[in-house]
Amino acid sequence: MAQVTSERRERVPAAGPVDRKAGSGGAVTLGLRLLGIGPLLILALVVAAFGAIAPNFLSPGNLGNIAAQTAVIAVVAMGQQVVILTRGIDLSVGANLALATVIGGLVYRSIDSGPLVILAILLTAVAVGAANGLVYVYGRLPHPFIITLASLSICRGLALELAVGHTTMRGMPEAITTIGGGSTLGIPNAFLVVLAVAAALLVMSKAMVWGRWTYAVGGAPTAALEMGIPVKGVLVSTYVISGVCTGIGAVLLAGRTAASSPLYGNLLELDTIAAVIIGGASFLGGRGHIGHALVGAIMIGVIRNALNLMNVGVFLQMIVIGLVIVVAVEADVLRNRLEARARAIQAAGAQ
Amino acid sequence: MSTPAPAPVLSVRHAQKRFGAVHALKDVSLDAWPGEVLALLGDNGAGKSTLVKCISGVHTLDGGEILLDGRRVTLHSPAAARRAGIETVYQDLALFDNLTPAQNFYCGREIAFPHWLPRGFRLLRSRTMERETAAVLDRLRVVLPRRDAPVALMSGGQRQAIAVARASVFARKIVILDEPTAALGVRESRKVLDLIAQLRAEGNAVILITHNMEHVIELADRAVVLRQGRKVGELRPERANQQELVSLIVGAEA
Ligand SMILES: Nc1ncnc2c1ncn2[C@@H]1O[C@H](COP(=O)(O)OP(=O)(O)OP(=O)(O)O)[C@@H](O)[C@H]1O
Ligand SMILES: [Mg+2]
Repeated sequence: MAQVTSERRERVPAAGPVDRKAGSGGAVTLGLRLLGIGPLLILALVVAAFGAIAPNFLSPGNLGNIAAQTAVIAVVAMGQQVVILTRGIDLSVGANLALATVIGGLVYRSIDSGPLVILAILLTAVAVGAANGLVYVYGRLPHPFIITLASLSICRGLALELAVGHTTMRGMPEAITTIGGGSTLGIPNAFLVVLAVAAALLVMSKAMVWGRWTYAVGGAPTAALEMGIPVKGVLVSTYVISGVCTGIGAVLLAGRTAASSPLYGNLLELDTIAAVIIGGASFLGGRGHIGHALVGAIMIGVIRNALNLMNVGVFLQMIVIGLVIVVAVEADVLRNRLEARARAIQAAGAQ
Repeated sequence: MSTPAPAPVLSVRHAQKRFGAVHALKDVSLDAWPGEVLALLGDNGAGKSTLVKCISGVHTLDGGEILLDGRRVTLHSPAAARRAGIETVYQDLALFDNLTPAQNFYCGREIAFPHWLPRGFRLLRSRTMERETAAVLDRLRVVLPRRDAPVALMSGGQRQAIAVARASVFARKIVILDEPTAALGVRESRKVLDLIAQLRAEGNAVILITHNMEHVIELADRAVVLRQGRKVGELRPERANQQELVSLIVGAEA
């Protein structure tokens, strides 16, 4: 049987002359490169296009708006990115964010302390993230979809139950409103927080051993086990990171609105997943980086903002975002096919 | 072939392994010597992979024992087996498609600093790892189109060569290869066989599982044959006894 396989492989290079092989190899490599920077390129084009069509789009005030509005999605999407990198998904981020602001709001009602409220928000979000990870891994669930869906329901219910009057609670300590709503030298503080989180995650995922392990677990889970990587710990840690990012997002949103609400973060899970996919990461695991989530989040923010400026209704906006997701997923499929093609060309070249 | 050292580096004694009703290993014993290629032969389902997985820490034996350098060891995990100097190239290669050759080489045992931090928090020494990997690939004469590309973009033979090379770097005693040429063309198989010969020359005990008789006769110094979980023969494979070898494997009494 091995003999048959080898004969078939032998014939592949004979099919095409050498120069054509090299030529198509070059095209495949070029295609892969383009897909690599594709999302950034498209973002630049979209910004340029909207700049030309929508009159106020490129004004400093509006750009500041986009930065502030995008900050929450961006931060939470970066956490989502880490989870998706290991073939997971976190559906609980929106509800978790709402619960975290509500807990923060309750703490604020008894004590007006910025640090304490921030701590309460972050601890709540991290606890939910850790619970997601622990139940998923040690409960031996086949997929994180179920557990994070369950905690979506639990967190949203808990937030509604706990919030005074079951609705929005006004007021946040000044420290938080400054972080979420203030600006430094004309740059929204929320945007600076996004950059800080991006920088931290970039270092963690690219320079730290932990980051390499997340890529390994996402790329080949069984191989990761065989190579002695602590797969369970790595998986749990990604949900904790997602919790941390959700908590930071909660601080930003509570700060910008000077309020907490059990209604916050509605459909945030979909926005963040969309951001990761639009940004060019892959659902197949082990491919993508923090920049993808960032670019995707900004793309969503830019499209929403520009359509608003052009008086396009919310329903149409949802349709547009949906279409963009389809394009992004197709790009992922195309990339995988190009990689398979590149592999075939390699095999031919090696014979 | 090189002369074996006076003591086996690995001995398996009376190994027993059951999977529920399946009795996969029945009282199997074997020795592996440094500087020797031991072929592990048998038909599909004979228990070859199971035996090898017991040695590399994936399964634990239900009965019997494993001796390394004459000392009894219990290998609870693949990581423990690797620490003991046993490297395995699995049937599925255990490569990370999304990582480069250097990242694959060191995955799970990254060179990183500072040492007082828990492993996961240490910072990678990527340059060092890339340099070391390049040196190994050069030494083993593994030619890759690009050393900084993910291995997903490489051919079956190149991937196999990377997996074998990775094992060779970290092996200090024993290298196990489970059907390393099964999916390869003639030329790519050739390269992997050369790599195996080199591993032997460097003093490793090599355990090779393959269904390819040509490869066994060319490369193996000794062959152990399993049938339905039992060891049914051990001999020195040569062109002259190829027929005997085949009948041992399929169980037809000649
Ligand atoms: N994890 C497992 N659970 C249950 N049964 C198993 C398991 N692994 C192997 N077996 C059974 O043990 C027997 C030996 O299988 P093994 O994989 O060792 O065979 P093999 O000699 O490697 O065959 P092949 O040449 O097809 O790779 C088979 O009957 C197989 O079905
Ligand atoms: Mg097998």
